[in-house]
Amino acid sequence: MEFDFSEDQKQLKDQARRFLEAKSSPKAVRVILEGPEPYDKALWKGLAEMGFMGTAIPEEFGGLGATYLELCVIAEELGRAVAPVPFSSSIFVAAELLMAAGTQAQKETYLPKLASGELIGCLALSEGVGNATPKTIQVQASSGKITGTKLPVLDGLAADFAVVAARTSAGTDAHGISLFIVDLKGAGVSRSDVETIDPTRKQASVTFNGAAGEPLGAAGEGWHILQKVLDRAAVLTAFEQLGGADRALEMARDYALDRMAFGRPIGSFQAVKHMLADMYVSATLARSNCYYGAWALSTDAAELGEAAATSRVCATQAYQHCAKNNIQVHGGMGFTWEFDCHLYYRRSNLLALSLGSLSVWEDKLIDRLRAKNAA
Amino acid sequence: MNFDDTPQEAEFRKSVRAWLDANAPKQFEAGLRNSGFGHTALEGVDVMKASKDWQRKKYDAGWACLHWPKEYGGRGATPIERVIWQQEEGVYASLSSLFIIGHGMCGPTMMAFASEEHKQKFLPPLAAGENIWCQLFSEPAGGSDLAGLRTKAEKDGDDWIINGQKIWTSGAHYSDYGILITRTDPTVPKHKGLTMFFLDMRSPGIEIRPIKQVNGQSGFNEVYFTDVRIPDSQRLGKVGEGWSVSLTTLMNERLSIGAGMPTGFPELLDFCTRLETADGPAIDDRNVRSKLATWAVRTSGLKYTAFRSISALSKGETPGPENSIGKLVAGPTMQEIATFALDLQGEAGALLSPEHAAANARFQAMLLRSPATRVEGGTDEILRNIIAERVLGLPADIRVDKAVPFNQIPTKGR
Repeated sequence: MEFDFSEDQKQLKDQARRFLEAKSSPKAVRVILEGPEPYDKALWKGLAEMGFMGTAIPEEFGGLGATYLELCVIAEELGRAVAPVPFSSSIFVAAELLMAAGTQAQKETYLPKLASGELIGCLALSEGVGNATPKTIQVQASSGKITGTKLPVLDGLAADFAVVAARTSAGTDAHGISLFIVDLKGAGVSRSDVETIDPTRKQASVTFNGAAGEPLGAAGEGWHILQKVLDRAAVLTAFEQLGGADRALEMARDYALDRMAFGRPIGSFQAVKHMLADMYVSATLARSNCYYGAWALSTDAAELGEAAATSRVCATQAYQHCAKNNIQVHGGMGFTWEFDCHLYYRRSNLLALSLGSLSVWEDKLIDRLRAKNAA
Repeated sequence: MNFDDTPQEAEFRKSVRAWLDANAPKQFEAGLRNSGFGHTALEGVDVMKASKDWQRKKYDAGWACLHWPKEYGGRGATPIERVIWQQEEGVYASLSSLFIIGHGMCGPTMMAFASEEHKQKFLPPLAAGENIWCQLFSEPAGGSDLAGLRTKAEKDGDDWIINGQKIWTSGAHYSDYGILITRTDPTVPKHKGLTMFFLDMRSPGIEIRPIKQVNGQSGFNEVYFTDVRIPDSQRLGKVGEGWSVSLTTLMNERLSIGAGMPTGFPELLDFCTRLETADGPAIDDRNVRSKLATWAVRTSGLKYTAFRSISALSKGETPGPENSIGKLVAGPTMQEIATFALDLQGEAGALLSPEHAAANARFQAMLLRSPATRVEGGTDEILRNIIAERVLGLPADIRVDKAVPFNQIPTKGR
């Protein structure tokens, strides 16, 4: 049994960590947090030069053709560095949608540019409050023209194009949903910045007013395609969450060792030690489940659905748990703008909502476990 | 990233399977599968005899105590071979629970500290299941604070005279031998005055009283020592070095890696799928699903954490600290699951007899057994201390009794 990453993959991880420590320092993240830029363009360019975006994209489409295990370790490091870039939207979601449903021509057009970072893609799914379901999708597509508003769209300001889930036939069922590629800089599209809990990954309100949409996948298959791709993206996002959880735990541990109160390091008090031990437990469970997800993703296993939901639920819980208790260990200082704890607190809560919130993935997990049990 | 055996591991697994296929006591399979969590489904079976027979059969074929050297009754197997054996032995392993302490803790301690003559004499019958051993560590005054123990050993010629009391000794009432930690010098700080022995549990002066537990069963005992004589030749390690001997014992306990500790989740998933409520099966309820998901990922997380440790063993490496989370996750989860399963049963959740209670009363049995899981072999709180100190590197507790002679440590609270 080798239920672990290989030495080469661990080296890649170290390489990604060193790169991100230099280029995505908390100081660099704060530039995006506090400024108008939708993402860190210099970091994006650097990641492209490292070849990270093209990791799992086949060589024939301009990628490196490595496995998803390599992409998983990069995802973990991006999460650890709270990297202020649209990597997950462009690579975990948009590129995966193209690989899953694109025509040969679409793959040739988009994938090499996604791999090189020249183009940025995103997913436009939600339409206001509530998790997206076939019923909630009201944006219409008629004769290739898209009309309606998507809110919020993660990385919607950074992206060049969006994959839009739109209704192509009346009713509320899943077969009325189709996917379209829409040029966000084209005619009939207006987008605006919206204020969010995590400005290091900016989001947009995007309104389509008869914008041209290029079909992605067969008409009526949009929801089905999306579900399959979201499972893949969930594993990669879980690694991002895992990286963040581990870093939040480390920050809390370091602070507990340094901070003195009552004449002792606060890390010598059991109340603090036990909180840190519980953070370690949740991060460890998440890591083990993420490895299961990585195995399923990289081997296209029949268990992918179950493994994706398992890693996603566990990593969401772990990141939120570690990020909030990191602030608790820091006490009042953890609540200041100056300390970095809030970068992780924000990101943990943002990632918990993207791709469907925790309750959506809990539902998927139980559906899948139940089906497996019945089989 | 794979779950595959190496060719050598596959070969080993094949031979294990072939032997188990031909020799496992299949008449107990169904009963063992439905047992657990303080609930036994082996009605009308002499469990002690069934256990000893199975252990004997394994021993004769060279499948007992795989990790022990051959000369002492083991197989000299590698750690990964031991894991493969455990995976394949599966449900039959629970027949060996009588021997867990002997094989996992007493045996390795004897191997490290007993004389060659004693090793030759005592280890093979222990491996063969002829003898059952127990571990006499905890005391009324020394549980989590084990080094606070007070059982006295005083030298008398070539013997030691033992007086005092042990508690929480699993299986003392059916054990043949035990390892015993005592205080030989109360005038030095507490960790320095301890000495370890092994002894015959039928020695004159030993009185064993079973402890009636919350669930009505009696797996543990109080053991009283009144002028019990132990020859000095049965001392394990030097006088005053009992603490480091005990650490060897406890380390061996932690080295054993299972396939992830049980939490009761598969049983609960099954129960929630079958349980009909006014609004359909319980599993369709939003609140039920959310709780199930949390317990599902904990259970899965334990399973894959064990797999990570097994992978390290497979590569010939020492597993990392990740396995230290096992009992800390499994114990509380089992208790939460039992409580929730009863909640779903409404007032009938209080019913305890299998003829009235849902699911053969297994969740009631789990509820009444689970508090022990959070205490035995290291409380949740001690386990958190261990993770905080040994894994995360946080400072040890400030100990007011560490440098004080044992007989000057305060013993009254208020």
